Amino acid sequence: MVLTTINTGIPPALIFILGAVLIPFLKGKAKAAYLLLLPVLAFLTLVNTPNGNHFLYPLLDYQLNLGRIDGLSRAFGYIFVIVTFIGMIYAIRVKDNVQHVAAYVYAGGALGVTFAGDLFSFYIFWESMAIASTFLILARKTKESQKAAFRYILVHIFGGLSLLGGIVIYVVRTGTLEFSFIGLADFSDVGATMGVAKYMIFIGVAINAAIPPLHGWLKDAYPEATVTGAVFLSSFTTKSAVYVMARMFPGTELLIWLGVAMTAIPIFYAVLENDIRRVLAYSLINQVGFMLCGVGIGSELAINGAVAHTFCHILYKSLLFMSAGAVLHQTGKIRCTDLGGLYRSMPITAVFCMIGAASISAFPLFSGFVSKSMIISAAGYENLLIVWLIFQFASAGVFHHAGIKVPYFMFFGHDSGLRPKEAPLNMLIAMGIASFLCIYIGIDFGKLYAILPYPVEYEPYTGAHVIGQLQLLMFGALAFCLLILSGNYPAEMRSVNLDFDWFYRKGGAAFYRITDVLGNGINKAFDAVFLKSLVPSINSFAENIPSRLLLLILVPLRGLGGIKNEDAMAFKKRAQLSLEKGAIPIGITAAAAALFMVVLYLLS
Amino acid sequence: MKFDLKIFDNPRNVKIFLGVFYASLVVLLIADFLVHKHHDIPLEGAPQFYAVYGFVSCVMLIFIAKVIRFFIKRDEDYYDK
Repeated sequence: MVLTTINTGIPPALIFILGAVLIPFLKGKAKAAYLLLLPVLAFLTLVNTPNGNHFLYPLLDYQLNLGRIDGLSRAFGYIFVIVTFIGMIYAIRVKDNVQHVAAYVYAGGALGVTFAGDLFSFYIFWESMAIASTFLILARKTKESQKAAFRYILVHIFGGLSLLGGIVIYVVRTGTLEFSFIGLADFSDVGATMGVAKYMIFIGVAINAAIPPLHGWLKDAYPEATVTGAVFLSSFTTKSAVYVMARMFPGTELLIWLGVAMTAIPIFYAVLENDIRRVLAYSLINQVGFMLCGVGIGSELAINGAVAHTFCHILYKSLLFMSAGAVLHQTGKIRCTDLGGLYRSMPITAVFCMIGAASISAFPLFSGFVSKSMIISAAGYENLLIVWLIFQFASAGVFHHAGIKVPYFMFFGHDSGLRPKEAPLNMLIAMGIASFLCIYIGIDFGKLYAILPYPVEYEPYTGAHVIGQLQLLMFGALAFCLLILSGNYPAEMRSVNLDFDWFYRKGGAAFYRITDVLGNGINKAFDAVFLKSLVPSINSFAENIPSRLLLLILVPLRGLGGIKNEDAMAFKKRAQLSLEKGAIPIGITAAAAALFMVVLYLLS
Repeated sequence: MKFDLKIFDNPRNVKIFLGVFYASLVVLLIADFLVHKHHDIPLEGAPQFYAVYGFVSCVMLIFIAKVIRFFIKRDEDYYDK
């Protein structure tokens, strides 16, 4: 078959990034075809390139490696290309070329990070993701999105610098550019400098993975992105960070506990949140928690689970963002308080949304079930009882907010009176493909298991497991049902809920005010005391010495000179004026100064 | 495309939906006794463990969230002030 021989010979990342350059020159159907062609080319190239190191380029003494393809990077590469294709169908009607270019550079950056074999190219692609993704937020062109984009890029610049600093120290100390296992060893084992380098790299990656307390940017920025931009955003940044964690820090115990915190904490926020896309942002953090936990546990089953869950998650999370985006696109509203009852006029979007909801909730026969189960079982096999219990709690919680709340408040619940048209065809096709894959993977999971990094001997569909999972979810649903019917469910409110982004949004402003008051206050006081009063008074004192001396001598002599009609004040003025005009010979001033000094000398 | 569905406007349909939902819960409780248990951790073997855990988790989630809301809720224009 011809498809098995097509191989562009170009690194997938560059197919996207260099390919993006042509987009502004194309129009109409040609542009649409081109936008969909790029992921196809990247996919075929990837399929037809065997595992190993490809695309090697020399740079000074080092070698850049843009094609380290193995089990781990291949699985991430596939899903990044697939979601780019789906996202492009969803965005195909967007007229703004900046968004298309940004999306491709962003996706290309994610592929570049995935297939990079050296730290230099890894870092370049990592930063290109941060920059390109910012444009997907800016492109919304609202006041909120401009501010959010600015905060977003600042956070990522901070993360990028931490990463860069760590990499530089690491490369200098080890003498290798190789992008591989680093691990968070004890400082005592590797020395303080090396330990600091490792933690700096870890923090840089952790920011992109949205690990608390470094997660504020995600829930701050994603909901402000464009309708289509949010689909790409939800797919690449956090997931490429999961990949890097799996590459650099597998088996790191700290990741287990950070991951567990991530699964649990955001669900409380998600329950309270009013903005649907912000609910999805919180549930995204929660899902990444499962993946990072898998990476932290580090067993073959856990790593497989983390990769499988990333694969499924990208599909159902983009599906959920697409359905919420379709509602935003059709109604201009995205808050629970403004929406409700949309199943009447947008039933197809509603069905797709519920498929995404069932998948993220890990219902049997949907994708989340076959992937999340691996991570939870891995925690059980390692006897991590607390982790296991929190996982189950978080699973019930996910169903609660992403599984029920999102579809319920958009498509059911109270009737908002809105009767928008169903979403445009291209959006429905994109959601349809994602929905199909969510169900397909849930049923024919062997295909997914086959591309995981390690051989899989895991059976998700055992009777006990299916019944257990269904019980967990359905009795969670019962709780939702009873709480809603009894009026105990927290009412949807127009509000913001404080989170860690407070520290740089309000904390930053407070810091600004404090430095303003302190710094400028000292400045002002200094100005008032020294510049405005002390210096001028010394100045005028020194300036007036001759005239004062002169007056001191002249005033008693005035009577002798016969100037009697003039009063004392007028005389003083006249004398001063003649002094200022220089009508007094300089010698007198000099003599006065000398006299003053003599007097001083005598008195001392 | 134009749709105008009204299926849940009829209270009878809502009742049927809830009826099927409650029935499925009963079926799941019964099924728990019938399946062969194998477990990752011993706790899983307890009868109806998942049903109880799922229900209690979600009720706790809501009530803790309500308490948290008391502390973290601000006006919608909080960050613009």
